[in-house]
Amino acid sequence: MNIGKSVVIKGELNGSEDLTIEGHVEGTIQLRDHVLTIGLNGRIKAQVFAKAVIVLGEVTGNVTASDKVDIRDGGSVDGDIISPRVAIAEGAHFRGSVDMQRKGAAPAPPQSVGKLAAPPEKPTVGVQQPQPVRA
Amino acid sequence: MGLLDRLAPRQKEPGHGPAPSSSENPVFATKALRKFLTTLTSQESPTLLDLGPVVGSNVSFFGEQLGCKILVEDIFSDIDRHIRSGRIDDLPAFLTKRFSQADASVDGILCWDVIDYLDKVSAHALAEQMTRLLRADGALLAFFGTAQAKDMRYTKYVVVDEVNLKHRRYAAARGRQAILLNRDIIRLFSGLRVSESFLLQNNLREILFRKPAYDVR
Repeated sequence: MNIGKSVVIKGELNGSEDLTIEGHVEGTIQLRDHVLTIGLNGRIKAQVFAKAVIVLGEVTGNVTASDKVDIRDGGSVDGDIISPRVAIAEGAHFRGSVDMQRKGAAPAPPQSVGKLAAPPEKPTVGVQQPQPVRA
Repeated sequence: MGLLDRLAPRQKEPGHGPAPSSSENPVFATKALRKFLTTLTSQESPTLLDLGPVVGSNVSFFGEQLGCKILVEDIFSDIDRHIRSGRIDDLPAFLTKRFSQADASVDGILCWDVIDYLDKVSAHALAEQMTRLLRADGALLAFFGTAQAKDMRYTKYVVVDEVNLKHRRYAAARGRQAILLNRDIIRLFSGLRVSESFLLQNNLREILFRKPAYDVR
C-alpha cells in the first residue's frame, strides 16, 4: 500500500501489510510484522514500530524494528533506533542512539579479556611509524 | 567471550580484512583503538558516544560485534552549521548545553580529531562536557594534528579492524584552528588522565584518556 505525496496523516497508523509513505505522517506508526518504507518524499514525525524500516526520506522520532532498519543514501533519521540490524549508507544523516540489542552473544566479562587487559594508568608514550596498508 | 573472539567473525568474512588503501581514502594503522576497545568491552553492554559523523560500518562494528549502545552526536556538523549561519561565537554556549545525557553515563567516547577544529573556548566547553559524561574508568579516544593542515577538510574515521582506520576526507566549513601542544591537551582534559599516547608518522597524535575514579583536578 502507498500513501501518496499529497496525503497528510495525524494520529495513529496501524497496518497488517507492507506500507510505503511518500506523504507526511505525524503520530505513531505500527506495522509490527511488515515493512515500512519512507519514500524519498516521505516526512515522518512519529514513533515507528515495524518489522523492517527502510528510510529514503526524513524521519523525526524513535524507530523500533524487530528485524532491520536501513537508512539509505539521502535518508535522514533524527531519533533513537532499536533494532538487531542497522544499515546506514554513506550520505545518510543520522542523529540519535543505536541499540542493536545483541541476542545470544554474551558480552565479555572483565576477567575474560585476558591478554588484552585494560591499559595501564601510567602515561606511556610510543612512536609508531604507520604506512598506508596495502591489500 | 573476549574482544578477539568477538572480532574474529568479521575478519573471517570475505572482504572484511584491511581494505585496500587509496590516495583518497588511505588506511593507517592505529595503536590506540585496540586499547580503547579493550577498555570499552570490559563493560557489559557499554554505551559509546561518537562525536563524528555517522559511519554505517562503524555502527555495525560497535553495535553488532561489540554490543555497544551507540550515541551519535556529530560535532563537525554543529561547527559547520554555526559557521554557515554566522553564529560561530555561540558555539561554546551551544556545546555546554548540547548533551542531555546524565553525568557518568557513557563508557567510551570517540572524540576523533574534533578538538583541532574548535576555538579554545569551544574546546574547553566540549572537554568539560566529555569529562562530565564519562563514567569513572571510562575511556576517551582523541586524535590531534601535529602539523598545520591547509585544506578545509574533516576526516571520517572508518574502522577497518581493531588496528586499522580508513581516513575518508570530506569538505569542511573551516580548517583546523590550532596545533595543540601536549601540555595544552592535558590542561584541556584536566579531569582525565592520559593513559596512552602515540605519535604517528602521519602527523597525528593518538591519545587515550581514562577517567580516574576520583577527581584529579
